[in-house]
Amino acid sequence: MSEQTLVAEDIIKTRFGEAVEADGRKGYEGYLVKREKLVEVATALRDEFGYDYLSSVTAVDYLPEDKIEVVYHLFKSTGGPSLVIKVDAPRENTSVPSLVPVYPGAELQEREAWDLMGVKFEGHPDLRRILMWEGFAGHPLRKDWREAYFEEEGKPFKSRWPDGHVYRIEDKNPFAKNVDYPAGFDPESWVPEGEAALYAGMGAVDVGSNLRTDHVVVNLGPQHPSTHGVFRMVVTLDGETILKLKPVMGYLHRNHEKIGERNTFLQNMPFTDRLDYLSSMSNNFGYALAVEKLMGIKPPERAEYLRVIMAELTRISNHIFAIGMFLNDLGAYFTPALYAIQERELILDIFEAVSGSRMMCNYFRFGGVARDLPEGVLEKIRSLVVDRLPRKVDELDLYLTNNEIIRARGEGVGVLTPEQAIAYSAAGPVLRASGVPYDIRRADPYSIYDRFEFDVAVRYHGDVYDRYLIRMDEMRQSLRILQQAVRDLPEGPIQEGKPQYQVRVPAGESYGRVEGPKGELGYYIVSNGKANPWRYHVRAPSFINLTALETMAVGDKIADAVAILGSIDIVLGETDR
Amino acid sequence: MDGLGIIKGMGVTLKRFVDTYLEDIRWWGKRYYTREGVELRSSAKTRGIFTVQYPEEKLITPEEFRYIPFLVYEEGPNGEKQDRCTSCGICAKVCPPQCIWIVRTNDPNTGRPIPEPAEFYIDVDICMNCGFCAEYCPFDAIKMDHDYELSVYDRRAKNIYNKERLSKPVSYYASIRPTNYAREEKARAEEAAAKAARKAAR
Repeated sequence: MSEQTLVAEDIIKTRFGEAVEADGRKGYEGYLVKREKLVEVATALRDEFGYDYLSSVTAVDYLPEDKIEVVYHLFKSTGGPSLVIKVDAPRENTSVPSLVPVYPGAELQEREAWDLMGVKFEGHPDLRRILMWEGFAGHPLRKDWREAYFEEEGKPFKSRWPDGHVYRIEDKNPFAKNVDYPAGFDPESWVPEGEAALYAGMGAVDVGSNLRTDHVVVNLGPQHPSTHGVFRMVVTLDGETILKLKPVMGYLHRNHEKIGERNTFLQNMPFTDRLDYLSSMSNNFGYALAVEKLMGIKPPERAEYLRVIMAELTRISNHIFAIGMFLNDLGAYFTPALYAIQERELILDIFEAVSGSRMMCNYFRFGGVARDLPEGVLEKIRSLVVDRLPRKVDELDLYLTNNEIIRARGEGVGVLTPEQAIAYSAAGPVLRASGVPYDIRRADPYSIYDRFEFDVAVRYHGDVYDRYLIRMDEMRQSLRILQQAVRDLPEGPIQEGKPQYQVRVPAGESYGRVEGPKGELGYYIVSNGKANPWRYHVRAPSFINLTALETMAVGDKIADAVAILGSIDIVLGETDR
Repeated sequence: MDGLGIIKGMGVTLKRFVDTYLEDIRWWGKRYYTREGVELRSSAKTRGIFTVQYPEEKLITPEEFRYIPFLVYEEGPNGEKQDRCTSCGICAKVCPPQCIWIVRTNDPNTGRPIPEPAEFYIDVDICMNCGFCAEYCPFDAIKMDHDYELSVYDRRAKNIYNKERLSKPVSYYASIRPTNYAREEKARAEEAAAKAARKAAR
């Protein structure tokens, strides 16, 4: 432990005394906080120590020790490393005080922890299931919960080799066996309680007017072209003005984290591709960083450069696609989107040549990357980032930025102030468009980003139009990084040590985070030294950015809700996980 | 709000439109339905619309392209198939969705295992095309294919591939992945030479 952290520890110890205790387990960091003191400690950490940004809330089920631990990752919005605080709770009647009053950004994340892990957050304003359906029995991320088609606790499954025989999983374990229903469940007469609670919460709002007008509750989605997938916004309307908005999600939920805990560490890599399927290289990056932190290895120089090149190309392809689709939401039907997709196509060609797949790249390995650049690909990348893409970004700029309709639809709509953005744990372009220059590549540098010259793009109005502009800015900055990376790419190995399929990951925890195209993408991993991770949690930016959706939309017109959602740029594969 | 931004934007659209026809004239007869034309339209130099008209035209698959694994066999002098696979089971262990099943062959007399699979199945409905099996196979026996046109009418009957369906000759592998094949053969030859040298030295 370095001197600096020792000093910090002393300060925190003196300030909180008995309420906190340094986490002394091997491979663990941060502080254990007494349950009843949590809100007090969190408030002090926010107000006195400057940890104003709650990045991730999750829970870990320590079944052998018969406890559940809720883990909070706090950061300063001015940059720097994390402060981790943890709260223990028993597995029966698990409850922890809610941090929503201190950090409103915890709202959706606490609902997720309740849904999947069964942690009751006392004082949460709206503690309902969020990803599983209402009426679902049990909390699936608990270690003693077993899914339908359960085979074994961890892969590889013994039945596959050497004496296994082929079968279809659905034949072996027909539906309805191994599925729990609540006692007395009858699908015919069942009324989803959560739905009633949702609509009850959407009821009348006093708008302080003498006109007695009726409010209408409208469902936008789940099947709606503006939602980019299956996502629902329940809105209460006064005329056309939005008074309340609740996001409803989970239609694409597949319990990625449970799958991840069954997988070996390496097997998770291709599954991360399927989170935000528009930027699989970035997803790989975050996961590789988290596991490498635990393993204590670093990739060789050339691999670091290749990683940065791929991550930045991903950012460009994601942003250009986001802009195209955002224009679709504004009603410029598909011409701008297809112009954007054309450029993205050329980037995907590079991914295909390097990794073998256009979107499910699966390119990163622990301590390196899967393979070196094939012949001629570097030339292709160079011609794209030096010549074509800068021109095309300018062209897109000329094409759209001063378009009067876009300005009219975007300026002053869906405003999120800097204070709100930080409080709601918004990340990435949403945070930076609100005037908070927080970019993990600068605030808490990882990989080799400290070597490149680039600016943190920031815009100050926090409206829809600025969230469009910030993506333009970021593409230009990514191109700057790419030009430097392509110029400096050294020769050498691309993998630390021999490639191996069974990696040894020492026991402990780690949180690896990258600045993904959509915001802070974090992976929280707990290893107990075995082949499979004990806990695998994804801090998904698309999901957490939705916490601020209501704040952005209230007071605007219903047509603007579509534009606001488009400007956040969510991918449902990541939101629902 | 003078509409100038919209007019400028429409200028960009007009330029694309004109570019497409200029390119057509410039590459008269070569831009469509030729390999050269597809290559041109998927390079950074392309201008205007560059849609590739599938299935009449197909994108050129790069060597690393991966889709569904296949088993590589060597062709013996009399045309018999010699599996490279030794049924070591690494592919089945590393497979993320666990879609590979292997049954080992046992010697009928001694009951000891023989390094050759008796059965080898891949459920291609489950396969996620990650390429780990090919990457970690120590014998270069399983490789990722380039054939992506695999739709069938009856998934239950047709989508579990057995050993026969999966096996393809080494010459096919060499044709879809020439660089990888050359590199692996070179490594193999070097290893064999080193082995022979060690033997001679003893």
